[in-house]
Amino acid sequence: MSIELFAATGVGMTYPGMSRPALTDVDVRVDAGRHLGIIGESGSGKSTLARILLGLQQPTTGAVTYRGAPLPRTRSREARDFRRRVQVVLQDPFASLNPRMPVGKIIAEPVKALRPQWDASRRALEMLADVELPPDVAQRLPRELSGGQRQRVAIARALAVRPEVVIADEPVSALDVSVRAHVLRLLRRLAAHEELTIVVVSHDLGIIDGLCTDAIVMTEGRIVERGAVSDVLENPTHPYTRELIASVPLLPPRPTQDEGTHHVA
Amino acid sequence: MTLLDIRNLTIRIDGRTVVDDVSLTVGHGERVGLIGESGSGKSLTSMAVLGLRPARSELFGSVRVAGIETVGADAAALRALRGKTVGCIFQEPQSALDPLLPIHRHLVAPLRAHGMLPRGAARATAIRLAESVGLPDAASLVRRYPHELSGGQRQRVMIAMAMSTTPRLLLADEPTTALDVTVQARVLQLMSDLVSRSGAGSLLVTHDMAVAASQCDRIVVMQSGRIVETGTPDELISHPRTRYTAELIDAAYATGWQPRRMREAVSA
Repeated sequence: MSIELFAATGVGMTYPGMSRPALTDVDVRVDAGRHLGIIGESGSGKSTLARILLGLQQPTTGAVTYRGAPLPRTRSREARDFRRRVQVVLQDPFASLNPRMPVGKIIAEPVKALRPQWDASRRALEMLADVELPPDVAQRLPRELSGGQRQRVAIARALAVRPEVVIADEPVSALDVSVRAHVLRLLRRLAAHEELTIVVVSHDLGIIDGLCTDAIVMTEGRIVERGAVSDVLENPTHPYTRELIASVPLLPPRPTQDEGTHHVA
Repeated sequence: MTLLDIRNLTIRIDGRTVVDDVSLTVGHGERVGLIGESGSGKSLTSMAVLGLRPARSELFGSVRVAGIETVGADAAALRALRGKTVGCIFQEPQSALDPLLPIHRHLVAPLRAHGMLPRGAARATAIRLAESVGLPDAASLVRRYPHELSGGQRQRVMIAMAMSTTPRLLLADEPTTALDVTVQARVLQLMSDLVSRSGAGSLLVTHDMAVAASQCDRIVVMQSGRIVETGTPDELISHPRTRYTAELIDAAYATGWQPRRMREAVSA
């Protein structure tokens, strides 16, 4: 039987001063162990929906629950419990990592706050190993790391408290393609290993296809399509989804080649 | 005479070599993709085509555009080249457009700069150029300011400006990177139509292998300031000769989305 984690019902959001709503009548449910992709372009409302699920934004209409209870108010005891269960990874780790704090402390910080009974510095080292970074990275500052390494640190910090859910907003979009492939592989491995529930927000169908079991497609603040990721991407029914999929620049079909053998001079 | 002929281009900044002995050509009507990751030197190489280089840099080698040497050229020679022989489009049209000028003033600026704008025809020309790139409701749109347009519309304005002087070479540096994928598809189609209609050659600088493969006759791969490989999209994808290109292509397939019918067509 599936356990319901997030349930958003009739969620609408209008930012002050904006005439058009950012979200209109959005219903979405995330069950434990599922990997949901929220697909959309700029202005689709996908990031607003993610912020609402994270409790960072109050919807104008509708309701959001986590495990059947309304999202807690900030600074309440329930908020701490919610933070322990739901963590976030953002697109630009440079903006979300404290520039003056060594990486080890950055990862240990949420552990200290949310899992006070754990040994935070030991947990930070464990997490560095988990995201395939050498232990000496713990002493370095974010600016001394490459973009891919910083994103690994952001992932390590999110997973350090052993959350049930990670919400990732464009987790690899800012990275070079070769780095992106590595981080994506890492995310996929962690997702399988930790039995995590994941919500990935992205415009990139490759990322959604690579990480998610289910997908919703958003445009102009509404969900226009939803289903198993393979159905949404292979048999789209809504005209917008069809246009989106037809717009993706494609590499030519790849000639059959054994894994790892290249014609290298 | 080759349209664009870069020979042994080397750029150093504070003694550090950022472009290292790069030679590449673009023939008349040829569409060349220059691909690389951040720090590969691809943008610095394309800037050198316009005679632009970073502050405190040293530049060696030769860059000839339609036979004219741009390395060491004086300001007047470079002005004659930019926007006339070479049209350019950059990643972020917001920063390339003057926020205080209405769109019609932008659209005719390259023609005006090169004395190619007939007297009294500015407004009509602006509207015609806006229509040539498929901008909706051109007559009223040209009266608006850059911030009132969407990202895709601004990039269409840039394309109209770049193509207005019928340049022989179109230089496009990440022209669709900041755009949504549906907008990107339309902008790439527009560029490709205009370039093939005018017979211009093009140099497309991009980090996106799928974009380069779908738009270019030939792809040049750069890494850490050097050219590591050149070939047609098919050659690079089926028979990469260097490990770096092979990795780049593997990563593009690993992170990019392919419809199942295409994946199955290959294994069948």
